[in-house]
Amino acid sequence: MELLLIHVLNALLYSAVLFLIAGGLSLIYGVMRIINLAHGNLYAIGAYVTAWSIGAAAAGGAPDAVLFLLLPVGAIAAAAVGAVLEPTLLRPFYKRPEEYQLLVTFGLLMIIEDCLHLIWGPNPLSAGKVYQLAGSVTIGTFRYPAYNLAVIAIGILSAVALWAFIYRTRFGVVLRATSQNMRMASALGVNVNRIYIQAFTIGCLMAGLGGAIVVPGQSAVLGMGVEALILAFVVVVIGGLGSLEGAFAGALIVGFVREAGVALFPEVELAVLYLIAAIVLLVRPAGLFGRGER
Amino acid sequence: MAAPALKILAWAVPLGLALLIAPHVVGPFQTLTLLYGLIFGIAVLGFNLLLGYTGLLSFGHSAYFGAGAYTVALMVKYFKIASMELFLAGSVLMSAVIAIVFGFVCVRYTRIFFGILTLALSQVLWSLAFKFFWVTGGTDGLRIPTPSLLGMSPGTDKMEFLAFRYYYYVLAVFVLCAIVMWVIVHSPFGKALQAIRDNETRAEFVGIRIRRYRLIAFVISGVFAGLAGALWAPLNGLATPDVLVWTFSGEIVFMAVLGGFHNFIGPIVGAVAFTYLKTYAVGLTVYWQLALGTVLVVLVLALPKGIMGLAEIVAARLRRPR
Repeated sequence: MELLLIHVLNALLYSAVLFLIAGGLSLIYGVMRIINLAHGNLYAIGAYVTAWSIGAAAAGGAPDAVLFLLLPVGAIAAAAVGAVLEPTLLRPFYKRPEEYQLLVTFGLLMIIEDCLHLIWGPNPLSAGKVYQLAGSVTIGTFRYPAYNLAVIAIGILSAVALWAFIYRTRFGVVLRATSQNMRMASALGVNVNRIYIQAFTIGCLMAGLGGAIVVPGQSAVLGMGVEALILAFVVVVIGGLGSLEGAFAGALIVGFVREAGVALFPEVELAVLYLIAAIVLLVRPAGLFGRGER
Repeated sequence: MAAPALKILAWAVPLGLALLIAPHVVGPFQTLTLLYGLIFGIAVLGFNLLLGYTGLLSFGHSAYFGAGAYTVALMVKYFKIASMELFLAGSVLMSAVIAIVFGFVCVRYTRIFFGILTLALSQVLWSLAFKFFWVTGGTDGLRIPTPSLLGMSPGTDKMEFLAFRYYYYVLAVFVLCAIVMWVIVHSPFGKALQAIRDNETRAEFVGIRIRRYRLIAFVISGVFAGLAGALWAPLNGLATPDVLVWTFSGEIVFMAVLGGFHNFIGPIVGAVAFTYLKTYAVGLTVYWQLALGTVLVVLVLALPKGIMGLAEIVAARLRRPR
């Protein structure tokens, strides 16, 4: 029973991080109708910046509380990168065919991947100090890292915050209006360019936050972005591109299937995830929560 | 049809002669790089039947290329086969079967969903190759010895074999593939694909069975990639999951765009150019991805029609009377 609880917690932990990455990807697609292949790299930026700053602070003898406060640094860095990328590189592509949008973000993927390599070198970066400082809690006969519980909480909190932001604020109304009909919103006086840059920045912030909270538990390594992107794809395809509820449900499905897969069918765990995505696309092309458009 | 055929011959003959004498003029390193380029050329030629002629962007062509390469590796491992012709036949069969299954699912969609679906399905193959290491060797991959060509044993000098006999073998297959593809895109079937690309609704009204045509194009495209994978395997000597992973599909797209996918020979030019670009970038710096990524971004920003598009612009400038 306790073992099952541990498995459920692990699945939730995984889902929380996946939701942050996939939610950002989905938000960006929902508003701008582009698939950002470099989205996983923004997650990696979050992880690297957080790991690096916590590592530097810990080496400089900073008090423990400061280390915890440094966690969001990665998210802010990813958001800043996003705020620069959208107007400079992506904006020229909105009116061009998807091939080019995919290609320019694929180029971006290669560039960011190597920039991380260039700045932080080939060795993994870790912020394990925070993980240790958080200690552990006792579940029955098991000891479970308290930090993991915090990640789950952050995942749930950010989902709630995002929901409130999009469905309960004026900005959210404008964002949804732009997403539904960009021309009409523009005709009604919405500054679409500004909405785009804000939506893209929020999407990148979420990916960066995902990277920032994951890095105390596991190291920041090269290639983590590419790997995360594919899983985020699976999540948004299951949930429906452009839908936050979908990203939430999709992240839970992928999290639990993956946890079950690691325990029960490790060889085909990844294949099963991709197959679930393919089957969902076949049965419900718009995903479980999609709006039924292509 | 005669006029474009003559025009094509005007540059195809000198180019063919250059390719024929290349191994005797340049060193083995250059020949092998060119060999890689020609092999990728076959794959991208197939890929472009979908992108350039049918208007479908596949982000999963690594699946068929990798299926071709792994078919060769598994034929060596389990059946001790060494004949290149059997390898080619096996790979064509295998990639056709996979393309039929995947294509059946994928051609229901277009645009972004088609891309994601092809990507997701190709990742299924990748994860299987990655996880079933007792069959596929996992990340270590499977070794592929030099095969026999047309029943002749490869001899002991591997470099000599690859740079001469294997080169001409691949060149022959390449020319055959290019001719077959040229016939396909200029056939009524090819015209129908272009009609689908330009206007799906009208094409349907004219009586074209869109989904069936797309599936056939998908399978042909996959078979070309599988054939290229089979030719690539003995040259590389090792089949690893790297040729199945989705970023390799991205490189295939890159090659098509680099050469220009609105043009028949664009993909071939792109494949050869990309191979040289990557070989030299990897040789020069560990940050080759940064270099290639920058090239890609600049390319789509400034030269969306690729090298052939640029060539057309230059040719038009030269032809224009001053």
